[in-house]
Amino acid sequence: MTAAIEASGLGKKYGRHWALSDCTLSIPVGRVVGLVGPNGAGKTTLLNLATGMLAPSSGTIRVLGGAPGSGPGQLAKVGYVAQDAPIYAGLSVADHLRLGAHMNPGWDMALAAGRIRQLGLALKQKAGTLSGGQRAQLALTLAIAKRPELLILDEPIASLDPLARREFLQVLMETTAESEVSVVMSSHLVADLERISEYLVVLVDSRVQLAGQVDELLASHQLLTGARRDPATLPASQRVISASHTDRQSTILVRSDEPVLDPSWSVDQIDLEDLVLAYMGQARTSRPDVSDEFGTKILEEKR
Amino acid sequence: MMWVTWRQFRPQAVTAAAVLGLAAVLLAVTAPHLVDLYNSAGFNACHAACGHVASNFLTAIGSPYRAMFEAFIVVMYLVPTLVGIFWGAPLIARELETGTHRLAWNQSVSRTRWTAIKLGLIGLCAIATAGLLSLMISWWASPIDSAMNFGQPNSGSGFPRINPLVFATRGVAPLGYAAFAFALGVTAGVLIRKTLPAMAVTLAIFAAVQFLVPNFVRPHLIPPVQVTAPLNAYDASELMIGVPGNHMTVVGNFSQPGVWLLSNQTITPTGQPFTGPAGPACQGNSSPNACNDWVNSLHLRQLVSYQPASRFWPLQFIETGIYLGLAAGLGLLCVWSIRRRRS
Amino acid sequence: MIEFHLDTRSGVAPYLQLIRQVRQALRLGLLREGDQLPTVKDVSGSLAINPNTVLKAYRELEYEGLASARPGVGTFVTTTLSSDSISAYNELSRDLEGWISKARTAGLDDESIGAIFQRSIRTAVQEEVR
Repeated sequence: MTAAIEASGLGKKYGRHWALSDCTLSIPVGRVVGLVGPNGAGKTTLLNLATGMLAPSSGTIRVLGGAPGSGPGQLAKVGYVAQDAPIYAGLSVADHLRLGAHMNPGWDMALAAGRIRQLGLALKQKAGTLSGGQRAQLALTLAIAKRPELLILDEPIASLDPLARREFLQVLMETTAESEVSVVMSSHLVADLERISEYLVVLVDSRVQLAGQVDELLASHQLLTGARRDPATLPASQRVISASHTDRQSTILVRSDEPVLDPSWSVDQIDLEDLVLAYMGQARTSRPDVSDEFGTKILEEKR
Repeated sequence: MMWVTWRQFRPQAVTAAAVLGLAAVLLAVTAPHLVDLYNSAGFNACHAACGHVASNFLTAIGSPYRAMFEAFIVVMYLVPTLVGIFWGAPLIARELETGTHRLAWNQSVSRTRWTAIKLGLIGLCAIATAGLLSLMISWWASPIDSAMNFGQPNSGSGFPRINPLVFATRGVAPLGYAAFAFALGVTAGVLIRKTLPAMAVTLAIFAAVQFLVPNFVRPHLIPPVQVTAPLNAYDASELMIGVPGNHMTVVGNFSQPGVWLLSNQTITPTGQPFTGPAGPACQGNSSPNACNDWVNSLHLRQLVSYQPASRFWPLQFIETGIYLGLAAGLGLLCVWSIRRRRS
Repeated sequence: MIEFHLDTRSGVAPYLQLIRQVRQALRLGLLREGDQLPTVKDVSGSLAINPNTVLKAYRELEYEGLASARPGVGTFVTTTLSSDSISAYNELSRDLEGWISKARTAGLDDESIGAIFQRSIRTAVQEEVR
């Protein structure tokens, strides 16, 4: 089965700085995939490589089996909304729909017009006078109405108010329910992605830290609380992701395929936001001078 | 893609149409009177020294028409410049600056096609606008141009068509300039990626080119005609003696109507430029005739280099061809530059 | 037609919340046999959740025999609460009201009554798990 996005050793360098390095991913089709990470982690770089806006410095990437951005056929398969949803300020809403119709052979004008009606946007209104939420919705409509196989959304709602964010996600979910389209959406808000995605990719410091189905990820990570203990003493099947210690107690996040049966631990599930934060913290503090006496990596105090 | 290009270009197209319309009206209204004045000036009667008829005509038309004539020269210089700055520079720079290229390049149209159609369609509009204006203005000014072509190079009765000042505003040359300025603007926009700096750079480079070409390139597009003739001081158009008398210049007369005079040198029999010193016959209280006789005794010669009036159209075509070629080259550069991935 | 809501902070998986809300609606008689459940598109569109979450809930309800999916039409409720259940419900409600007035008479305030109730439920659940 063709993957929506297939990357192998993918990297992008600007001067001396690697914006993305050693990225190997196989994102499945037909899913809603969340791409999460702090600002500057490489999310936009990855999505730009996927749409053909950038060329890789190393490695390869294939989107729906084809090279990104290579010709009208490939372009028609992918719908894209860039960060902050750029639109032509001087053109009206109706002009944008006509633009879509003229530039996309697969354009579905009935769908586009229907969406605009549902959103309550005035056709004659100049797009420059729309609110942030309305612009995001217009950009999403343009991406959806070309009937792509894959929607790539680069932090489309980052600067919107909660209501506009919710409305955008509602439209996105309705669309996913109606058609077979795959979605890859990046955000730094885990809560939004938790609602909508079934597959998650965590990107921190230009590298992929975690990737997989959300319920599998949640099931395979356990938070162990118990008496203070060196994480190195845990069995090899339990991969330590992060550990924090007080003088008496240790709290350790492990990844394990089997359930943890050691009675000396109290085992809890962890929610997605904390899981992502743990991986972000692990990537950030991988500096030798920050370890404690056990030589483990210290998790930053969660506030 | 055609519709999209047109829709984005619509405001500028409307402005251009308005300017063309206004110009057309103004020219159409005043042209018949000008033609009447020309026909009644007596050019069909004169055979040899029509210069006299010409300068009478140019005086008779009055200052409003002369002002219009000069204004249209300014307009024809402005048109390619404005096209470059306002149609060319923002074309792609604005998209890169506002991020709309991320919208445009992710529709189902390849970047090559997108760039090529924008360049082609609007480039053609630029050429058409300059062409129509040039056509209308050249047609309106043809009586005056004809009269000036009878004039002498240094007679002060205006500028024949082939003279650099007027040459750039007539015939097909403005088409080449408009195409080149447009392509230059678009290229600047693509490379600099910001509209205002691109506009400034376009203006600077275009102005530099428009200064350099008439002064250094055009004179050599067709090898100029060179003539040598003996210098007669009585005929000299200029005789100057510097103080305290070591330095002297004589410039021979050259009278051929409608030419573009490139250089007029006075040389000694050995081929060196004549710079003096002034002989005793030309100093103190001697009579002008004595001085002239002394000058003639030096057997000076006049070396003239010029482009005759008949070369107006050949020069026009060659120069326009060069500018169009440059425009095409810049267009290809733009397409190539945009194909290289840029976010 | 019922409407779903989601409590993201409850720690309960969304699909389980949907299932519980259907069961609760059945208990209260808001849903009867033959009623249509909201479409996957409507639920995912109004709650802004992944359609597969809704599908998972509806599949689970089908497995439990509470609903059945008719392709191209929708998902429909297949049982009604039997009148036995309803009368048992009413009887239990009356019993509880009696116990509450007893507790009040003994001097317990509402918070203590709530605490006793929570602790008893938790004990019962833990015993079920074992």
